[in-house]
Amino acid sequence: MAGPILELRGVSRRYPSHVAVDHLSLAVEPGAFFSLLGPSGCGKTTTLRLIAGFEQATEGDVLLAGRRVNHLRPYERNVTTVFQSYALFPHLTVAGNVVFGLQRRRAPDTEARVREALAMVQLTGKETRLPAQLSGGEKQRVALARALVVKPDVLLLDEPLAALDPKLRRQMRGELKELQRSVGITFLFVTHDQEEALSLSDRIAVMNAGRLEQTGTPQEIYLKPASRFVAGFLGTVNWIGGVGVRPEALRIAADHPGDGANALAARVLGADFLGNCCHVRAQLESGECAVAEVPFAQPGFRPGDSVHLWWHESDEMKLPA
Amino acid sequence: MTRLRAWFLLPARLWLVVLFGAPLTVICVYSLLTRGAYGGQSPPWTLENYLRVADPLYGAILLRSLLIAAAATAICLVLAFPLALFIARSGKRRGLYLQLVILPFWTSFLVRTYAWIFLLRDTGLFNTALQALGIIREPLPLLYNDGAVLLGLVYGYLPFMVLPLYATLERLDPALLEAAADLGARPWAAFFRVIVPLAAPGIRAGSILVFIPTIGAYLTPDLLGGGKSVMIGNLVQNQFSTARDWPFGSAVSLALMAFVTLLIVVFLRRGEEAL
Repeated sequence: MAGPILELRGVSRRYPSHVAVDHLSLAVEPGAFFSLLGPSGCGKTTTLRLIAGFEQATEGDVLLAGRRVNHLRPYERNVTTVFQSYALFPHLTVAGNVVFGLQRRRAPDTEARVREALAMVQLTGKETRLPAQLSGGEKQRVALARALVVKPDVLLLDEPLAALDPKLRRQMRGELKELQRSVGITFLFVTHDQEEALSLSDRIAVMNAGRLEQTGTPQEIYLKPASRFVAGFLGTVNWIGGVGVRPEALRIAADHPGDGANALAARVLGADFLGNCCHVRAQLESGECAVAEVPFAQPGFRPGDSVHLWWHESDEMKLPA
Repeated sequence: MTRLRAWFLLPARLWLVVLFGAPLTVICVYSLLTRGAYGGQSPPWTLENYLRVADPLYGAILLRSLLIAAAATAICLVLAFPLALFIARSGKRRGLYLQLVILPFWTSFLVRTYAWIFLLRDTGLFNTALQALGIIREPLPLLYNDGAVLLGLVYGYLPFMVLPLYATLERLDPALLEAAADLGARPWAAFFRVIVPLAAPGIRAGSILVFIPTIGAYLTPDLLGGGKSVMIGNLVQNQFSTARDWPFGSAVSLALMAFVTLLIVVFLRRGEEAL
């Protein structure tokens, strides 16, 4: 039966003081790596908690594997969570943490399944350690193994990489994607990091102020954002004469490109070296400012230089203000 | 530096020597002496007093005390756990609820124990109320029995269980309970598999704080037990007052102390192993 493994239908969560989630609808296909992306306070974590069952929807329906689960308690739903703080049981060993969910389900072959889960996250040999004896990355893996071993319909991940240092974060990002592919379990990944969402996801839902802004593949939401908010949240946008152009799509050169192209004259304000590229800031005759990304092999641009800016029409984002 | 340290420690050392070491030594010596004809104690040195402690009559009193103290500790634990959990999760009201828990300490324990007599006796509040309502004809025997003693002990020592339990439960990360539920633990499973093990240090501390004073309790069994429900504390008190047998009273005290110390050591050691 092909249908979404997880579906939200017009779900809202209202508090006396504010609306955390506002008429949110989305569908997640089985086996997908689905990200909820948005700034802090946009309602993405509340959405996750509504799916886990820690919060009750004020209106709307939450469906898991086609079944309405609004009334089910967290322990009655076949979803598990990787918490931001990991929330490992400090009194239980690594193996004790991983077997916890299996015991609650009275599952058979717990020993073999724990061994398998720990091998999957490369923690074989650390079975008898206590969480306090583990590094941040290892705790992360235990949290993943503990949540995955029960084979949930959907694995919920609440900014699981946020607590790690940048280098480890990039490494875990790769492993997470690999893991998701190999186990084939649907991942619902909450993050405020657009780079993380873009690199990991099959689909992304961008949220803002409790509302869904756009759902799509990473390419779709980056290249064809549905709103100025989405365009701006996923990366820098130059708004020139009402259309949006990403810095990497904006061409810059001292000479007019010719060929009757529609180039705009501008004056260089400055250039920022970013390591792998260079961002040149320029002011157009209209007064608007723009940033163009250039490989740093290109001849240097100095403040005050006269330049021309142009772009391909296909790179334009036409969005109402 | 070391000299300054010594000066700072001096009051505590004096305290221990004068108020703990010296009396303990006196009792040790007394327990090995013989009772005089008109009270007091004098040589010859003897182990007779300790042999008497082993008498089944006194063994029974010790066993009763042990059972009553164990029951009081268990009842305090069962009552205090939900209360401590509730307070730990009360957010801003925690302070208020903790104040209420320690509020009884503002009044003398003696006065509060007497108050129970007024509530429990045949013409007390409970019996009069039940009779007035026509529920009972004859007053219920609420006072001067083991039940009354147990009630008084639980009432008096409950805060000593609540406070250490609260201290450990307050530090319990709520995310751990969400994690337990998330992994399929029903409330009872989450309680016994996560909350109780993590509250173990509080359970141990509270149990010791209740068990030690209750096993040696004297006031409560004296007032609420009315001489019918004798505990080891009353036996000791009797030897030093009515019986005027200080050597035997000293021996009973020391035997109780040794017994309790042994229990606590075993209890703590087992607790450490469990961790």
